[in-house]
Amino acid sequence: MDTLSGLLQGFDVALSGTNLAMCIVGVLLGTVIGVLPGLGPPATIAMLLPLTMRLEPTGAMIMLAGIYYGAKYGGSTTSILLNVPGESASVVTCLDGYQMARKGRAGAALGISAIASFIAGTLGVVGLMLIAPPLAQLSLAFSAPEYFALMVIGLAMVVLLSGESLTKGLLAMLVGLWIATMGTDLFSATSRFTFGQTALLGGIDFIVVAIGIFAIGEVLANMEPQEPAGMLPVPKGLKNLLPTWQDMKDCRFAFVNGSLVGFIVGILPGAGSTIASFLSYGIEKAVSKHPEKFGTGAIEGVAAPEGANNAETAGSLVPLLTLGIPGSGTTAILLAALVLWGFKPGPLFISDTPALFWGLVASMYIGNVMLLILNLPLVAVFAQLLKIPAYAMYPLILGMALVGVYSDSSSMFKLGLLALFGALGYAMRKLHYPAAPLVLGLVLGDAMERALRQSLMMSQGDISILFRPIPAGLLLVAAVLLIVPLFKKFNAMRVQVLDQKA
Amino acid sequence: MNAFIRRGDFWSGLTLVALGAYIVKEAWSWEYLTVDGPGPGFFPLWYGGAMIGLSLLLVAGAVLKSDSAAPQKHVNWSELRRVLTCWAAFVACIALLNVLGFVVSFALMTWFIIAVLFRKSQRLAIGLAVGGALGFYALFSLALGVALPAGFLF
Repeated sequence: MDTLSGLLQGFDVALSGTNLAMCIVGVLLGTVIGVLPGLGPPATIAMLLPLTMRLEPTGAMIMLAGIYYGAKYGGSTTSILLNVPGESASVVTCLDGYQMARKGRAGAALGISAIASFIAGTLGVVGLMLIAPPLAQLSLAFSAPEYFALMVIGLAMVVLLSGESLTKGLLAMLVGLWIATMGTDLFSATSRFTFGQTALLGGIDFIVVAIGIFAIGEVLANMEPQEPAGMLPVPKGLKNLLPTWQDMKDCRFAFVNGSLVGFIVGILPGAGSTIASFLSYGIEKAVSKHPEKFGTGAIEGVAAPEGANNAETAGSLVPLLTLGIPGSGTTAILLAALVLWGFKPGPLFISDTPALFWGLVASMYIGNVMLLILNLPLVAVFAQLLKIPAYAMYPLILGMALVGVYSDSSSMFKLGLLALFGALGYAMRKLHYPAAPLVLGLVLGDAMERALRQSLMMSQGDISILFRPIPAGLLLVAAVLLIVPLFKKFNAMRVQVLDQKA
Repeated sequence: MNAFIRRGDFWSGLTLVALGAYIVKEAWSWEYLTVDGPGPGFFPLWYGGAMIGLSLLLVAGAVLKSDSAAPQKHVNWSELRRVLTCWAAFVACIALLNVLGFVVSFALMTWFIIAVLFRKSQRLAIGLAVGGALGFYALFSLALGVALPAGFLF
C-alpha cells in the first residue's frame, strides 16, 4: 500500500463518527492534564488504559495518542502564566514565556506556542507517515538476535538519559526486569518469584505497576505542602492571543528548528521531549542575531521548544510502531496498550493492521487542527482549571486509579499491589530513582528474555549468534552509550582534582 | 552518627543488594542451561548479579561521599507523616472495599483527605466526599457499566 492510499484509508477511519469523538475526547483530556501541573500523560494514560479495553482498539488508540500529544499543547499554558511547567517538556518554555507574560505579552506567548505546536506537530506527523513504512520494511530482516540487541539499545539509551545518576537508572531498570520475570516461565513452566502466591503465577500486570508508580506516587509526592503560585492574567479575546506579523517572521527558523530537532530526537529511543525542547532552544539561541535577548522574553525562545516537544511525539511513535521499541514511559504504556489489545507492534504492524496505523496517522493531523482551534480561543477557559484545589483533585485521581485497576481484573490482591507500587513510586521520587527505566524494563523484560533465549536456542547455546553484523553493531552502540558517561564522569573528576590542586 | 547513615543512597543501596542476593539465590535453584538452550535461571542470574554489583557501587559511593562538611538533606518528618497518612487512608479504603463497597469507602477516604489532611470545613469535606462518590457511581457503574467493588452496604 502506498503512502497516499494509506493516508486516504486513514482519513476514512479517523473521520468516522466514533473515532472523531475519540480524537476530541483525547485532545481535550490531553490539554486538561497538560495544564494541570502534577498530572502527566503517563499517569492519565495508565489510569484510562483498563477502561479502554471495552472500546474498539482503533478508537481507543486514537484517544490515548490524543492525550499524549494534547498534553504537549496544554503544558505551555502554566509555563507562561505561572512559571510552573505543566509537564516536563515545557520546562524551557518558562524561560522566555513567563518573561513575555510579565511584560504584558502573555497573549502573544500563548498564541505563538499554539501555532508552533501546530506547525511542528503536523510536520512531525508527515515525518512519521514517510519514515515509518520504509523503516518497517527494513526491519523485516530482523530475527531474535537483532530484536534482543534492539531492546538492549533501547534500554541503554533510556538509562543514559534518565537522570543525574546512571547507577540509579540502571538499578531501576533491573527492578523492572525482575518484576517482568515474575510468574510462570513459558519455556519451562517454572514458577519464578511468586512468593507462594497463586495470584502471582500469571505475573504482575503492567497496568498495576504503571498506575501505582505514576499516578499514586505522584499524588503522594504532591501531598507535601507547596507554596501556591501567583497566576498572571490571560488576555481576553482572540485578537489579543494572535502574534503580530513581525512575531511570525521572527519565528520562521524556530518553526523549522523545532520540527526537525523534535522529530529526530523523538526517533531516538530514550531521548524524550524535554531533551528535544532544550536542544532546539540551544540551537535557536546559538544561531540568533540577538542571543542576549533569550531568557528575557524572546518569542523564538517559546516557539522553538514548544514546536520541538510536539514534533517529538510523532517521532517517538516511529520506533514504537515499526520496531516495538518504546522510548519513554508514555510510549511504553502505549506499547502495553497495543499488546493488551492483541496487536504486535513491530515490522509487520503496518502491513497487518493498516487501518489502525493509517487511522492513527490521519487522526493526528485532525487532532493537531483541533488543538489549534481549542488552544487559541479557549486558553482562558483551560487556565481556569488551575484554580481547581489540590484537595478536590487528589481523591479523584486515587478513585480513578482504584476503578482502573479493579475494572481490569476485579482482584483485591491487585489493588493491594497498587498501594505497594504507589509507595514505591513515592520512594523512587524522594530518592531520585527515575521511573521510566523501571517501566521500560518491565515492558521490554519479558520480550528481551524471550529474544535472548530464542537466539541461544537457535545457536544451541553458542553466544556468537549475538555477534552477527546487525546485532553486534547495535550491541556495540549500546555499550558505547553506557561507557561514555563513565568517561565524562572520569573527566569531570579529573577536572575537579586539577581545580583543587590549583 | 556517620554521615552516610543518613543518606538515602546508602539505605536504598543496601535494600537493592538484599534484593539482588535474593534473586541470585532463587535463580541458583533453577536450571541455568537445558538441552534446548538457556533455562529459567539464566536471565535472573545475570540481572541479579548486575543488581548486586551496581547497588554495592551505590553504597560505596554513599560511604565515600560521606563528607561531614557536605550539606545534608534531612528528612522532613511532618511532610513524611502527611504522605504516610494519605497512603494509609488509601490502603484503608482498599481494605474496606469488600465490606463497605466502593461508594462508601471512597467517600470516607475523600472526607478524610479533605477534612483531616487539608483541614477544610466539614461541610465542604462531606459535600465533596458524597458528591464525588456518587459521581463515580453514576459515571462508571450506571453510564459505562463498569463493575465497582460491592460490599454489604452498597
